[in-house]
Amino acid sequence: MRKLILSTLAVLSMAAIPALAEEGPALEHQNWPWLGVFGKYDQAQLKRGYQIYHDVCSACHSLNLVAYRNLADIGFTQDEIKAIAAEKTVKDGPNDQGEMFDRPARPSDHFVPPFANDQAARAANNGALPPDQSLLVKARKGGPDYVYAILTGYEDAPAGATVPDGMSYNKVFPGHNIGMPQPLTDDAVTYADGTKATLDQEAKDITAFLNWTSEPELDTRHSLGIKVLGFLVVLTALFYALKRKVWSDVDH
Amino acid sequence: MSEQTKFDNKIVQWVDDRLPVFSILKHSAVDYPTPKNLNYWWNFGSLAGMMLVIMILTGIFLAMNYAANTGIAFNSVERIMRDVNWGWLLRYLHANGASFFFITVYIHIFRGLYYGSYKAPRELLWWLGLVIYLTMMATAFMGYVLPWGQMSFWGATVITNLFSAIPVIGDYIVTWLWGGFSVDNPTLNRFFALHYLLPFLIVAFVFLHLVALHTVKSNNPLGIDVKGPQDTIPFHPYYTVKDLVGIGAFLIVYLGVVFYAPNFFGEPDNYLPANPMQTPPHIVPEWYFLPFYAILRSIPDKLGGVICMFGAIVILFFLPWIDSSKVRSAKFRPIFKQVFWIFLADCFLLGYVGAHPPEGNLVLMGQLGTAAYFAFFPLLWIIGKLEKPRPLPQSIAQPVLKPMEKH
Amino acid sequence: MADSSPPASDPSDGATRRDFLIYAASGLGAVGAAAAVWPFIHSMNPAADTLALASTEVDISPVQEGQAITVTWRGKPVFIRHRTAAEIDAANKVDVKELRDPQTDAQRVKKPEWLIMVGVCTHLGCIPLGQKPADPKGEFGGWFCPCHGSQYDTSGRIRKGPAPLNLLVPQYTFLSDTSVRIG
Repeated sequence: MRKLILSTLAVLSMAAIPALAEEGPALEHQNWPWLGVFGKYDQAQLKRGYQIYHDVCSACHSLNLVAYRNLADIGFTQDEIKAIAAEKTVKDGPNDQGEMFDRPARPSDHFVPPFANDQAARAANNGALPPDQSLLVKARKGGPDYVYAILTGYEDAPAGATVPDGMSYNKVFPGHNIGMPQPLTDDAVTYADGTKATLDQEAKDITAFLNWTSEPELDTRHSLGIKVLGFLVVLTALFYALKRKVWSDVDH
Repeated sequence: MSEQTKFDNKIVQWVDDRLPVFSILKHSAVDYPTPKNLNYWWNFGSLAGMMLVIMILTGIFLAMNYAANTGIAFNSVERIMRDVNWGWLLRYLHANGASFFFITVYIHIFRGLYYGSYKAPRELLWWLGLVIYLTMMATAFMGYVLPWGQMSFWGATVITNLFSAIPVIGDYIVTWLWGGFSVDNPTLNRFFALHYLLPFLIVAFVFLHLVALHTVKSNNPLGIDVKGPQDTIPFHPYYTVKDLVGIGAFLIVYLGVVFYAPNFFGEPDNYLPANPMQTPPHIVPEWYFLPFYAILRSIPDKLGGVICMFGAIVILFFLPWIDSSKVRSAKFRPIFKQVFWIFLADCFLLGYVGAHPPEGNLVLMGQLGTAAYFAFFPLLWIIGKLEKPRPLPQSIAQPVLKPMEKH
Repeated sequence: MADSSPPASDPSDGATRRDFLIYAASGLGAVGAAAAVWPFIHSMNPAADTLALASTEVDISPVQEGQAITVTWRGKPVFIRHRTAAEIDAANKVDVKELRDPQTDAQRVKKPEWLIMVGVCTHLGCIPLGQKPADPKGEFGGWFCPCHGSQYDTSGRIRKGPAPLNLLVPQYTFLSDTSVRIG
């Protein structure tokens, strides 16, 4: 039996190889509230993170896969969501005259992107394309730790490093020259809930928000998972007891 | 067919007289005489069967919401994750299910290797297993393309380009596979159609696998033939309940990953929509292809690499005849036992090499690993000739009965 | 199930314990299997984005008296008819007791001149004719279903033919005199 477990682990560790395949600079692990079996999002933090997306990121970054209605999951009321959506206009139509028209966005609309298309986004950003942020955390090795490290990784270029015009030095970014100017500083926003807006706090809050946009199902997943696994442990124990009983008359 | 059985229930009897489904079921899943000494490694056959069922069920329900069009495929998967009721659960069950299906099948294959389950009279049983394995690989490859992320697209590009190594007609074959001049919408459409079809072929092969198994009967850890009824017990309830224990334990691990590390086997790059203009810096196949990928890269010649990669699987079909030993189980084959573990370690090594960019020592490691992989087979023939097996027990019941006499 | 196994060493006690384990394990297993079915079934119910689109706003200002428009709501046609005084009158004159699905006209409208209904025949789901001026409107001046001949009056109530119920009135609210939100 012990051998069985060990060998199963061996096969599983073989599966882990791709995860170790590309080793970038070591990222400092942050103690995110949603980690672990009982981990879940901190709604107040997600709301603060949304404020940073709204006040800072949304100037350049789209959030195409998220709808305004989804904000209900992080504690916004229907009226607040309607007001948030109505800040933006979307093109709709054609109407009865055959013309396209602008209307305020509705909760059922997805987040309105800052640029009409990728080319417009590049043109406005020195040729660099600000990536869509809906899946950013899941699409980066290191996930939230990487996003947090980038946001807090801006510093003056060390002697000898050349930073091209329009780029910034970031100690974590591969190649160190990043197209995005430092987005967050102390007091970049004034939090609606009165939390002190340090760079560290802001970076953590926006990372939490972006983790939520990547994995909105996480809270449900974690709370269901523990019930399912608990159930299976009991069921397997019963099966095992029954197996022992059934096999008790067999010499083997 | 099997002999007819009498049933107490009149309706069951009525049906069975006309269509002997209950007789067959009783014969093959209830009364089926099974060696009494099977260990837990024998659970992985039924576990693989369970994974096949889970994959087909989750797959059918995912297909109800998936759109096989390059313009919307990525977003349709994200809609499943975000908007479809329990869509995230179905998708994570399916995506991780592929990995766990391969885990069960790899353990099942290596169990067969260790206990000599491929040897006469089980050659066709082994062949059918390999056919299932090959069909699984094709299914898994095409399934990985469907989310239309960066790894989907570039995986599809690289793997289909393997066929361009074929002399003269290679380029035509690749164009034919693509239905165009690059991996594009026609490719995605046909991959979806085939990804939906192949699992049902696997079901058919599994059926044949079981028919063959019930004809030649199960092998066992001692690798000796069943001598009489004292060596066997009926499948039900003994092995049904043992399989249930295995299923419970396996589900704990599988669902543990689904609920708490659903992207453990995945690549972050596949959460970026496919971009035909930009290849990700490191592209790697899914873990279950890595050893073969390493073999492919170890050969500096394009055609040679492709031949070796496919040859690594094809050679398994000849195993029943390559292995010259009359003894099945590694328990009684001291040298083979060592070589088996080295071969297994070599597969892990090749997996490790396949996961990393081919730089520095890894190139040499990959080449040595490939050489070791292929050396295993002639070695198997030689060992069979030279090795002195340990004495075999008289029967399955005998080593069990002996300590009984002390009572 | 238990018959194929040899007797346990201590028959009475062993059999009880074994029975208990069989019932507990198969009972719990059945519960688990039943629970596992639900995500599959529920995945076929309307998704969150589909539910979010479940209301639609219509500008009714261009619809003149006697005219009707058809708009789409949840993938189905909604009939909006600007009724004439004669049509309203006709609808009110009907003896409710004689109807197959008794409803007064007042129960079916918020403003008498605007009749808003889902344009799907309650028989088998065809779309009745009667929206365009040239359409057949049936004996009761309302709508006529070409599939199986159901006839509806100027209040959309079933009067003749196989359909069991009146045309369904969806939830709607007048946002202003010229605009209505359905759903």
